[in-house]
Amino acid sequence: MLTFAIFFPLLGAVLIATLPKAQERSAKHIAAVTTAIVLGVVAYLFIDYDRGAGGYQFLDSSTWLDSAPDISDFDLNYAVGLDGLSLPLVLLTAFLGLVSVLISWRIELRPKEYFAWLLVLETSLLGVFSSLDLVLFFLFWEVELIPMFFLISVWGSGNRVYSAWKYVLYTFFGSAFMIVGILTLGFTAGTFDIRELAEVGSFDGAIIPAWAIFTLLSIAFLVKMPVVPFHTWLPDAHTDAPTAVSVILAGVLLKMGGYGILRMSFSIMPEQASDANVIFAIIAAVSILYGAMMTLIQTDLKRLIAYSSVSHMGYVLLGTSSIGVVGLTGAATQMVTHGLITGMLFALVGMVYDRAHTREIGQLRGLATRMPFITAMMLVAGLASLGLPALAGFAAEVTIFLGTFERHEALTIVGVLGVAFAAGYILWTVQRVFWGEPDPKWAELTDATEWWERGPLIALTAAIVAIGVYPAWVMDLLHDGVAPIAERLA
Amino acid sequence: MLDPIKEGALWAIMFLPLSSFAIITLVSFLGLTRSGAWSPRYSGYLTIAAIFGSFLLSLWALDSVADSDGVRIGFDAHEWLTVGGLEVNIGITLDGLTGVMLVVVTGVSLLVQIYSQEYMRGDEGYNRYFAFMSLFTTSMLGLVLASSVLQLFVFWELVGLSSYLLIGFWFHKDSARRAATKAFMVTRIGDLGFMIALLIVFTETGSLDIGEIHEAAIAGAIGSTALTFFALGLFAGASGKSAQFPLHTWLPDAMEGPTPVSALIHAATMVAAGVYLVARFFPVFAESEDALLTVAVIGSITTIIAALLGIVATDIKRVMAYSTISQLGYMMMGLGVGGMVAAIFHLFTHAFFKALLFLGAGSVNHATGTFDMRRMGGLRRFMPITYGTMVVACLALVGVFPFAGFWSKDEILADAWEDRPWVFFVAMAGVYLTALYVGRMIIMTFYGEYRGGLQAEDEEHKGDAHAGGHHGDPHESPALMTLPLVVLAALAFAAGFLNAPGIDWLGEIIEGWLPHDTEVTHTDFKLWIAATSVAIGLAGLWTAWAIYQVKLLDAARIRSALGPLPQLLENRYYLDYLYETVFVKELVLGSARWGLALWDEYVIDGAVNGVATATGWSAKQLRLAQAGQVQLYGGVMFLGTIAAVVGILVVNP
Repeated sequence: MLTFAIFFPLLGAVLIATLPKAQERSAKHIAAVTTAIVLGVVAYLFIDYDRGAGGYQFLDSSTWLDSAPDISDFDLNYAVGLDGLSLPLVLLTAFLGLVSVLISWRIELRPKEYFAWLLVLETSLLGVFSSLDLVLFFLFWEVELIPMFFLISVWGSGNRVYSAWKYVLYTFFGSAFMIVGILTLGFTAGTFDIRELAEVGSFDGAIIPAWAIFTLLSIAFLVKMPVVPFHTWLPDAHTDAPTAVSVILAGVLLKMGGYGILRMSFSIMPEQASDANVIFAIIAAVSILYGAMMTLIQTDLKRLIAYSSVSHMGYVLLGTSSIGVVGLTGAATQMVTHGLITGMLFALVGMVYDRAHTREIGQLRGLATRMPFITAMMLVAGLASLGLPALAGFAAEVTIFLGTFERHEALTIVGVLGVAFAAGYILWTVQRVFWGEPDPKWAELTDATEWWERGPLIALTAAIVAIGVYPAWVMDLLHDGVAPIAERLA
Repeated sequence: MLDPIKEGALWAIMFLPLSSFAIITLVSFLGLTRSGAWSPRYSGYLTIAAIFGSFLLSLWALDSVADSDGVRIGFDAHEWLTVGGLEVNIGITLDGLTGVMLVVVTGVSLLVQIYSQEYMRGDEGYNRYFAFMSLFTTSMLGLVLASSVLQLFVFWELVGLSSYLLIGFWFHKDSARRAATKAFMVTRIGDLGFMIALLIVFTETGSLDIGEIHEAAIAGAIGSTALTFFALGLFAGASGKSAQFPLHTWLPDAMEGPTPVSALIHAATMVAAGVYLVARFFPVFAESEDALLTVAVIGSITTIIAALLGIVATDIKRVMAYSTISQLGYMMMGLGVGGMVAAIFHLFTHAFFKALLFLGAGSVNHATGTFDMRRMGGLRRFMPITYGTMVVACLALVGVFPFAGFWSKDEILADAWEDRPWVFFVAMAGVYLTALYVGRMIIMTFYGEYRGGLQAEDEEHKGDAHAGGHHGDPHESPALMTLPLVVLAALAFAAGFLNAPGIDWLGEIIEGWLPHDTEVTHTDFKLWIAATSVAIGLAGLWTAWAIYQVKLLDAARIRSALGPLPQLLENRYYLDYLYETVFVKELVLGSARWGLALWDEYVIDGAVNGVATATGWSAKQLRLAQAGQVQLYGGVMFLGTIAAVVGILVVNP
């Protein structure tokens, strides 16, 4: 079932690729049906997951590369499964997968390839969150680069080739460290299975010191997250990527970093993680404030939201630095809520850009009169982003703060300060772009009226409100997912 | 009397307005408002019906706590979120404090909504207006009912949201959009303190339940430093919401919202939430002398500086905004001297007379099209009901016997004399200044000759953007607007008797919930204090009369005698300049622009691009080595082998 969900988008991609040129317009329909089926299957898994039993469920595994016993004593395995931590992220991926197809409905340029790459991307992301084997994880992690490179460099805007390269090179830079870390772990422990590695506990016998392995692994994840000072790829990639790719990039790709920290660095090397908590908290605080201040001075809507992501992902790291179950749950929740909220913000900015053909804040004014629906949605997403209670972001952030304050008092207060900045950049943007006297220049702009525009926005709103009003339906699961990690850290 | 109220009925108080919000929102989203299937009037009726239901239930709640003498009626909390050691429950607190607040909120809200039907008639945002008003009422009721401090914080932020949405209601107006952002931002600065307080108390006690926090504070389970910081953090939040110095600057600008919004949110209820918060945590504040002193000092400063600003403002709503700030300062002073009962009693009476003043100002605007008092004058002949009711409100505000404000203000003065005499003198000065600006406002608006109202060329002083004819002579407002004025005037006159000496009905309810170990200042009525304060108030009114009506004293000469003070006041102590220009523009944005942006562009990206350039360059150099000459390759191989052998010998001799 899980394997089916992971590879079904790939199947859809192959189908789209074989479409005759004359029927390239039906590519989007195939993509929509494919992602909808995946979402259905994953939603079923979400409901079917036995919360009482916990742990990894829906396991699928087989030996993939069987090495001869006299050369080496372990095999490369295909092993996937979901626990409380990965299941919500997989659901998020499937949900945003469908959203990204729908908001791309008007893509005219080479639609066959576009939708095929989008589906390949979905497979790789589902794979990253489901892998229970380090080598498999690494494979999915790297495969994701190929569709991303093409999606940004072909369908992007502005300086898109530069941005695509920058994105790929940054990730490669991190991956180079990660592969060394993974190989060292695997050869020291004699297995690449994440579940078995988490039982090992100590890697003192490795050829390099344990803290070095931890650093190698973590750098890759911190680049992906991203944290200051590894963040500059993010604004460029976001600004030049097409809307749907920005949604996936902010909504899902960044979560690979936070997920990696929790699943790899913290689970497998808890001792080193505990030692690193102060460093993590400092990096987090710097990212939060630095990202927030950079956000304040942006003049391009997409760049603005991209920088706000740097700040918001800082909260994820802050939560992990608590090395306690409350903070870790908050961090995991922040990944899910940030995915929904920022995904929605990028979708909205994309809609504004499609209509006005500019993202310069200085050019836009008084759009509320022209686009009441988009404005209302922007307010929902914006308020969620600034941490308004009853919307999703608050539940995550307050849990992070409550979990972290005891360990890092001052740095948590820095994080709380970031929330005030968030209010500043969001409300100031709404004030300048949507409110005010309508500009006659934009008198022709239309509101979002198509079902494929309104549908995703309403669905995202519903999810944001549902988590905000009653977060337990997601957070209980995430708690069960991170609880074993927190136990190992203690 | 009645049976004790059930928990479900208490939840319904909050959920009734929420359902009207939800229905209006849904109807708008479905497009029924555009197609005409849903007349905007329905939104008004629905909101009023919902709030009327809440009002009746609130009376039941008050009746129940009156029967219990204000002692808390407990309900079990419901599990909302449990993460490890973090247990967040949601539930209902019903005690005397809650009961009184519920009635104030639903009562004033009901009257304001009835008034709004007429005031907002014909506005294209009519549905949106009532949806937001419903949302506000829900949030305010949720805030009052909350049994956990996190739950309280949630609704605390939601009232802030509704306030933001309603200040920016006419979002196309430049001043309105700025005021909305400013209100949210300034209150959020205070809320940082609230959030930190929440973190402190959770870390110290492991609980977020308000009752448990009180117990821990009284039992000494919270370290004294932590307790003081906790209280100060709460007070920071309260200062933002209740517009206390130095976070008061947002409230005058908030007058950009429709006037009924100012009456309900920015005079009667939401801005009093800060006072409510301090009162709710009074058992904690009572344990920290430093915290109470801070409350008293900030309250005193606020009372005086805001009253002074009220004397120079020319916009009638701004005069009242400063008056509100000043009166909230009064309540804070009352809390600071331990007079929790007096402060809440003043909150109670203030809600009626201040809401009345704002609705009266709205009625004046309805007639003249402006809020600029320099364009009013002589209105008492045209609008007798508005004039009469506003005079009642003003007498209550000044604290003239036997109007409602007299009783509540007198209690604060008496408590101050008992606890901190210096606060008493500040409060007396406040009484004089209050009477001065009140007298000036009444004279400029209702006396003298009518000065023409809204002028065609006078866009800057335009009042609320509602459709209403103001041609020719001003006229009295219709019954839907004057009826609430009359009801509020009756309350502004009589509400004080509920806690007059010898009756003390309200005071017992307000006080009943306090733990036995909490010390509260509660002094008896002192005739000399009452007489002095009334005399000072009348002296203030006389001064205003002398300056502005009979010109006995020359305003220009007073101005020059005061030196730089008038200029300081007209520029609102330069605080807006300090915050917006110096702090936000120069310090925050400036440093971000010059420091961080250049850093990102040159250092970080520079390093990355530098690596790329260096790689390219070294590749170019290395390519030279691949010349295709076998001899060269052989030579390099030979040298390399030698080097490797030497290297190994050196490392492993």
